[in-house]
Amino acid sequence: MPSLKDLKNRISSVKSTRKITKAMQMVAAAKLRRAQEAAEAARPYAERFEAVLGQLAAGVGGSDTAPLLLKGTGKEDVHLLVVMTSERGLCGGFNTNIVKLARTHAEKLKAQGKTVKILTVGKKGREQLKRNYGDLFVGHVDLSEVKKLGYDNALGIARDLLGRFDKGEFDVATLFYGQFLSVISQKPTAQQVIPAKFELAEDAPSTVYEYEPGETEILDDLLPRGVATQIFTALLENAASEQGARMSAMDNATRNAGEMIDNLTVEYNRTRQAVITNELIEIISGAEAL
Amino acid sequence: MADTMDFALVSPERSLVSAPMSEVQIPGAEGDLTAMPGHAPMITTLRPGLLHIKGPQGEDDYVVTGGFAEISPEGVTVLAERALHQTEMTQEILNDWVAEARKVWEDASDDNAVAHAAKLLADMVAMGTHIGLDPDHSNYVG
Repeated sequence: MPSLKDLKNRISSVKSTRKITKAMQMVAAAKLRRAQEAAEAARPYAERFEAVLGQLAAGVGGSDTAPLLLKGTGKEDVHLLVVMTSERGLCGGFNTNIVKLARTHAEKLKAQGKTVKILTVGKKGREQLKRNYGDLFVGHVDLSEVKKLGYDNALGIARDLLGRFDKGEFDVATLFYGQFLSVISQKPTAQQVIPAKFELAEDAPSTVYEYEPGETEILDDLLPRGVATQIFTALLENAASEQGARMSAMDNATRNAGEMIDNLTVEYNRTRQAVITNELIEIISGAEAL
Repeated sequence: MADTMDFALVSPERSLVSAPMSEVQIPGAEGDLTAMPGHAPMITTLRPGLLHIKGPQGEDDYVVTGGFAEISPEGVTVLAERALHQTEMTQEILNDWVAEARKVWEDASDDNAVAHAAKLLADMVAMGTHIGLDPDHSNYVG
């Protein structure tokens, strides 16, 4: 049975842990709000871009002159998985969930006899994948110095990706990131970016546009930018998801610490009473013996 | 014909302008063009340049690069990879952009890409001169 002093120490240590998790939760909440605002500010651009690209792609679609980024290399042998995770831990199952999805995907592709390459964005995912897939790594993007995610960060990743594609290092590229649904729910998502895939809205207004320069030229110019846009959206979603996940994880931790403190306090009081009773018994039996 | 149309200038990070305009001058890849209400629907890519807008609140200039403009009879949407108000544009930013364009040009491998990158670089420099910034002649080798 722990002594009174031990219990007291444990209570005070759990109390300071609770203070830390509470502070982290509040910081995450503030960061989440900013991340959400950034994600919302980026939405109009991404949506318009996607819509116009979709329209163009539908027009040029199957023709032989379609850019490689749209129709693909004609093979599906080498897959590049771009796994986006956070730079910091303590955000619950956020990173593990994304890594798990990427891992299942990789295993499936391997079973089909395809070659898998992995590009990691964010330190945490790299650490988790290193053990089993370390030899498949082709690169890593470090965002730990980045205070505020900008379009330039996405552009850098996109250039890297497009450069590799031009050199024929892979046929298909898929992004793995956490889609932000709400503060308590983030969905690990896989999204294919190369060759580009568009979901055309069924009831899209079919205005006939004139294109300057031609459709193919515009596609050539816009598809690489489309890749950057998709990466940017994914990065922002990921950042918001990370903060959301951290916030709920820290909320849970704070609550658990509270429960633990309550239990420990009950135990502390019981022990204290037991000690007092013990002393009384000693005094009384001592007096009786006289 | 209505005298104004919807105009929106959007960059990946934020929406810069969203207001009715009567006239929009767009630096298209194949030359400048002015869109007014009732313009035939068209899509054009952008070259680095000045976007000049005229509306009920007066006139304004924005520096844009990379992206496209979507014109319809009811309005104009400009999606620019980078967009800044003219007053936000500084020599440092221009130098960065020019350096970046130059790097693309130097790294370009096949003829098509070289021509493409050279045009981008030239447009970038021309834009700088146009708005009164020195295109940094110290490292200008064009």
